[in-house]
Formats: sequence, structure tokens, C-alpha cells
Amino acid sequence: MINVASIKKGIVIDHIKRGNGYKIYKQLGLQKLEDTIVLIKNIPSHKMGKKDLIKIENDIDLDFTVLGLIDPNVTINIIENGKKANKIKLKLPEKVNGIMKCTNPRCISTIEDVGDIEFSLVDEEKKEYKCEYCDARTHL
Amino acid sequence: MLKGRHLIEVNDFNLQELDEILTFAEKIVENPAKYAELGKGKLMATLFYEPSTRTKFSFESAMMRLGGQVIGFSDPKASSTSKGESLADTTQTIACYSDLIVMRHPKEGAPKWASKYSDVPIVNAGDGGHQHPTQTLTDLLTIRSLKGRLNKLTVGICGDLKFGRTTHSLVKTLSRYEDINFVFISPEELKIPKYIKDGLSKDAYKETDSLDGIMPELDILYMTRIQKERFFNEEDYLRLKGYYILDNEKMELAKSDMIVMHPLPRVNEIATEVDKDPRAVYFAQAKYGMYVRMALIAKLLGLEE
Repeated sequence: MINVASIKKGIVIDHIKRGNGYKIYKQLGLQKLEDTIVLIKNIPSHKMGKKDLIKIENDIDLDFTVLGLIDPNVTINIIENGKKANKIKLKLPEKVNGIMKCTNPRCISTIEDVGDIEFSLVDEEKKEYKCEYCDARTHL
Repeated sequence: MLKGRHLIEVNDFNLQELDEILTFAEKIVENPAKYAELGKGKLMATLFYEPSTRTKFSFESAMMRLGGQVIGFSDPKASSTSKGESLADTTQTIACYSDLIVMRHPKEGAPKWASKYSDVPIVNAGDGGHQHPTQTLTDLLTIRSLKGRLNKLTVGICGDLKFGRTTHSLVKTLSRYEDINFVFISPEELKIPKYIKDGLSKDAYKETDSLDGIMPELDILYMTRIQKERFFNEEDYLRLKGYYILDNEKMELAKSDMIVMHPLPRVNEIATEVDKDPRAVYFAQAKYGMYVRMALIAKLLGLEE
């Protein structure tokens, strides 16, 4: 197994469902950062069988809301002085742009090139969003 | 300020703005001749991507009674859509020629999309099974004119409550006023969707499948058509089509000042014998529809009263 040293100060995104690590990496725009970042895939896990994990060696301000859409079960730990200082609970974003598509066959987006559709959260528990044009509800 | 605004759904306007339109509509009802030249020099375009004679005539007569003029089509085959033009491009072009665009489209959300490409007001005249805000304005004016208020009312809504966009929009809008009690009267298969009920407090509505039993409690009975086009199965349609038929016998159970409304067209859900009852107001409702559209057009164009 590869060993990656624990970090003194930074962010650890753990319990990422296998295969989602790279998606999260891209969605957070981590490729644009100059900090030390490690993406580990397929780590053996008691709970999950295999999981992905991301470590960022710097406590930077990232918008984690989008993670709620990709993988709501991840845990995010903020590390300070080598210890867990803070745990961030994921919430679904109120508005989502460009990630979801409307599934209503009667929606204008089925015949017109409307580009990215804005979806608004209508039911957090059911993870339901509604289309800005036809109001049809779409599950995540 | 309503000048220059779009009307895509009724919730686009707050209660004060709705009141402004209804109050102006009542003034027009009192003295239509006074406003016969208010819209002189203004041009309204009606883009009807699916036929709807009733709604189109209502808008066109409204504009003409304001002294304005009308251009438009009621068959997309006759427009540049048949050449493959997008709705966005058609809208931008027509917005160059006209002061206001009225749009009916089979696709849900089409007027909202079009409104992003128009610097003149867009009025949604029905987008598929989604929204039809001027029908709700019509209903509000009818109720306010004939009942004298938009609060403290028991409103029975009967028929197809599952698919009926008219009733969904009416319930959502009326629930913004105080002390409105709803009675949803429908067969099991056509019950009002949960998400509409979720927007109401639990004691603001009840559900029943019996029209007779509830008649004496109602201030308003809003009848709707069972829509054939919503059924995949002819047998189900035929069975449910005759589920509620309002006739003189049932009308005897109602209060003497109850009103019966219907968005029209009707099929068989109201027997024609009821038409003579002074409480049957569905044709008056159609007339209020024209007046409220006159008020809406004038307000969106910023025409001075």
C-alpha cells in the first residue's frame, strides 16, 4: 500500500465513493491550485470496500456545496496542527447550474438549445430539484 | 411597477400588483368606452404555436377594445418556425416590431425562455400543461366582482384536479389571500397532487369524492372538464367523464348566493339546464377574462389610466 504522510494544515476529503475522486478533484478546480494535493484512488476500506481520498496541504477557501450533488456521503475534515479541527457537514446547494438535465419530455429544453439550465432545490430530503423553465422535478 | 414586466406565472406579481390590475379591470368594466383609445398606436403580437381560439380571441379583443392593433399567427406552419428558426430568434425579431408579445406554446417553459430574448413584455397564454396565468387573473376578477372579496371564502374545486393547470394555479394564488378554505372534490384517480397540498396548511383544505354532500358549504363551485387528451385509455376516460354532472337538482342543495365557475370549454360536467340559473357565471367569467386582459395589457405597456 502507498503511504502518504499526514498533513499539518489543510483539508482531507474522505469516504469518497470509489470513482468519484477525480470528479470531485475537477469540480473543485483543484488542478488550478499550486498547493500540494494528493488524490488516492481505490483505498481498501472496512465500511466501503474501496474508497477514494483527497488531501490538500493548505487550508484554502473552497465551495464544497457542489460535493453534495456528486457524493453526499463524503466527510470533509479541516486539519490544523496535525489534528482534526473542524468537520464540515455537506448541504445540497440551493441552485445548480450546468450539472443536471431536465427529464420532462414536454420541457422547452427538449426542442430549443437553452444551454445550461438552472435547477432550484425544492426538497432536500428527497434531493429534488426543479427546472427553471418547466418546474418539473428531477431527482439527483 | 408593472410597466415592461413579463407575466410568465401568477406568482411573478405580488398581491399589491394583482390588486392594481384587478382594480383597473373593475374600472374598465364600469365604463369600457372611457378606455377605448388608451392603447392607440400600440401593437400586440400573438404567437400561437398551438391553436386556442378562445384565448387568442380574448387577448385580441382586449387589445382592440383598448384601441390598439394586433399581428400574429395561430399556426406555426405559417411562420418561420417551419423553416427551422429557433424560438429565441423568432422572439427577438417579433420584439422589434411589437410593443407586447402574447405567446402560447405546447412546450412547458417556452415563454420563460422567450422572455430572456425580449425587451418587450411577454405574456404567457398557456405553455402545455404548465401555466396559464391570465386564466387565474380571470378567475380572480370574477370572484372579486361577483363575491365582493378575495378572502373568507369556501371554494369547492371539482373534477380533474390531477392534471388541471387551471386549478393548480388558482389554488396556489387564492391561498395567498386570508381565510380561504378549499374543498377538493374528485374521484380517487384524479386527486390533487401532493405538492399542491404541501403548500397549504392542513386545516385550509379537505378532500371528498361527493359533490352532493359538500354543496351546502360552498361559496364558489369551480367545475373543470375531464380532459380526454390526458388519458391513454379510452375506457378510463369514459368512466370518469360522467363522474360529476352538475344539474338543477344538485344546484338546489347550494347556497342562494353561491357561484358556479368553469374555465370552459365544458363537455358534459355542467348540464345546459344550469345555464339559466343566475348562479351560473361561467359565461360572465369569459367576459371578465377579456376585461382583465385589457387591464393587464394597459399596465404592462405603462398606459396611463
